[in-house]
Amino acid sequence: MRPLLEVRSIAKSFRGLKAVANASFEVPQGGIVALIGPNGAGKTTCFNMIAGVFAPDTGEIMFEGRRIDGRRPDQICVAGIGRTFQIVKPFAGLSVLDNVIVGAFNRTKHLAEARKASESILDQLGLGPKRDLPASSLTLPDRKRLEVARALATGPKMLLLDEVMAGLRPTECDQMVEVFRELNARDGLTILLIEHVMRAVMALAQQIVVLHHGEIIALGTPQQVVRDPAVLECYLGEETEV
Amino acid sequence: MNPRARLLLGALLAVLLLLPAFASNYVISVATLILYFAFTGQAWNVMMGFAGQLSLGHSLYVGVGAYVAAAMFVNLGIGPWLGLWVAILVCMALGAAIGFLAFRFGISGVYFALLTIAFAEFTRVGFDHLQWTGGSGGLFLKVAQREQMDLLNFRGPPAMYYYAILALAAGALALCAWLLRSRAGYYWQAIRENEEAAQALGINTFRYKMFAVLISSAMTAVSGVFFAFYYNNLFPEQIFHISRSIEIILGPIIGGIGTLFGPVLGAFVLTVLADGITELLALFGVEVPGVKQVFYGVVLLGVVMFLPNGIWPSLAKKIGVGK
Repeated sequence: MRPLLEVRSIAKSFRGLKAVANASFEVPQGGIVALIGPNGAGKTTCFNMIAGVFAPDTGEIMFEGRRIDGRRPDQICVAGIGRTFQIVKPFAGLSVLDNVIVGAFNRTKHLAEARKASESILDQLGLGPKRDLPASSLTLPDRKRLEVARALATGPKMLLLDEVMAGLRPTECDQMVEVFRELNARDGLTILLIEHVMRAVMALAQQIVVLHHGEIIALGTPQQVVRDPAVLECYLGEETEV
Repeated sequence: MNPRARLLLGALLAVLLLLPAFASNYVISVATLILYFAFTGQAWNVMMGFAGQLSLGHSLYVGVGAYVAAAMFVNLGIGPWLGLWVAILVCMALGAAIGFLAFRFGISGVYFALLTIAFAEFTRVGFDHLQWTGGSGGLFLKVAQREQMDLLNFRGPPAMYYYAILALAAGALALCAWLLRSRAGYYWQAIRENEEAAQALGINTFRYKMFAVLISSAMTAVSGVFFAFYYNNLFPEQIFHISRSIEIILGPIIGGIGTLFGPVLGAFVLTVLADGITELLALFGVEVPGVKQVFYGVVLLGVVMFLPNGIWPSLAKKIGVGK
């Protein structure tokens, strides 16, 4: 079967600084792939190219067999890719529920339907009791959940998660992992995540892509990647050698 | 809307409907002014309060709307009911031009506000030199026969203008309430709060910002037409002046930007108090030019300091009605 997302030798430079160079990877239909690497490796740049924030300088991105590189973020979302932001961007003045309803309007014109979908997503993420609070009153972990809820509400085929576990306690992190596992198993949701929390990466990812200085230095199953000497040296640290 | 809010709104509407039966002409003229500002403020609120696009040049739409309908009436003998639609179309085209220029080229925030001022200003200069509308000398409509009601030409007694603007203000309130609960309303608020996040949720931000500008300019055009036929004289120096734009936006700011009832409350507070102060000073035989402006400044200062979200949100909480 054709992969849902194909990234083919994309590159992006900012004023001569190569953020991503010649990166290629795939995300299979129904798969969970993690993008890891040290800070400044180009992970978020990769995400932004997929999500349409900017177009790659070279290379192409295919989603469901169609080219999507260079399209606007809203077109990408309508095509079926939902994203979260590493630096959370809640609609601070709106209630938690209204935040999610905005996302749900991507799949329906009707407020009642959007509200119903949003409520069930909030319940799923444990934000149900807080749905009438203004988003500005949420703590950071809750804001991360809200990011996820909003992206999910758009009804995506693939979800891009940018460090949603950061700042969560281990138990909260496990809960979140459980939610993604369920969405993946039950709804067949495909997930591409950037994550530093290895606990979550190891529990979720079927495939790991390791970026360093904008280049992919390793690609494989979690077990393969954590044994890769290059990855250990630049990112995970030699002392974790197995 | 909860039952209490429904009841209060119904009571308010009943009082306003019956007002001409017992009020003096002076009271009716003040009430007309309040409703005029409530309606125009509501129109501005769609753009700024809902969609977060700051316009400081709304006098452009008032002025152009007024001039189009008045010039058609005076120069061509075409009545206001047709002129109204032409005025709306012209103002929407102007709004579309400004919106396209700004949103296509990523002009936002303060720079967008400057663009709106610029358009209003050079339209003012243009009308100063447009002889067809009387240039800087002004355009005058024949003053209405106060006793005779001529609905076709929108000439008549004060009560007729009062009911017209009451219908407009009530209609605008209903329209905005409906818009706010529609997909467009949610999208506007999302754009206002965080445009990047809004776009990531599938919102074509360009399209929805344009939509807000079009609705706002159309509504403001209507208020311009009303202005022309109510005041009967138009001068570019006055109608396009930036102080007119400021006057329009003070109501919603003081009442509560982005709220439904804020523009109405703000218009009421400002007009009544400003008139009251002028009257009070006149009572003591003092006549200070510009006292209204000083008063606006003081009220604005107070609201910004003590009620940064405007009067309505805290008042709504106190009397137990929702937003």
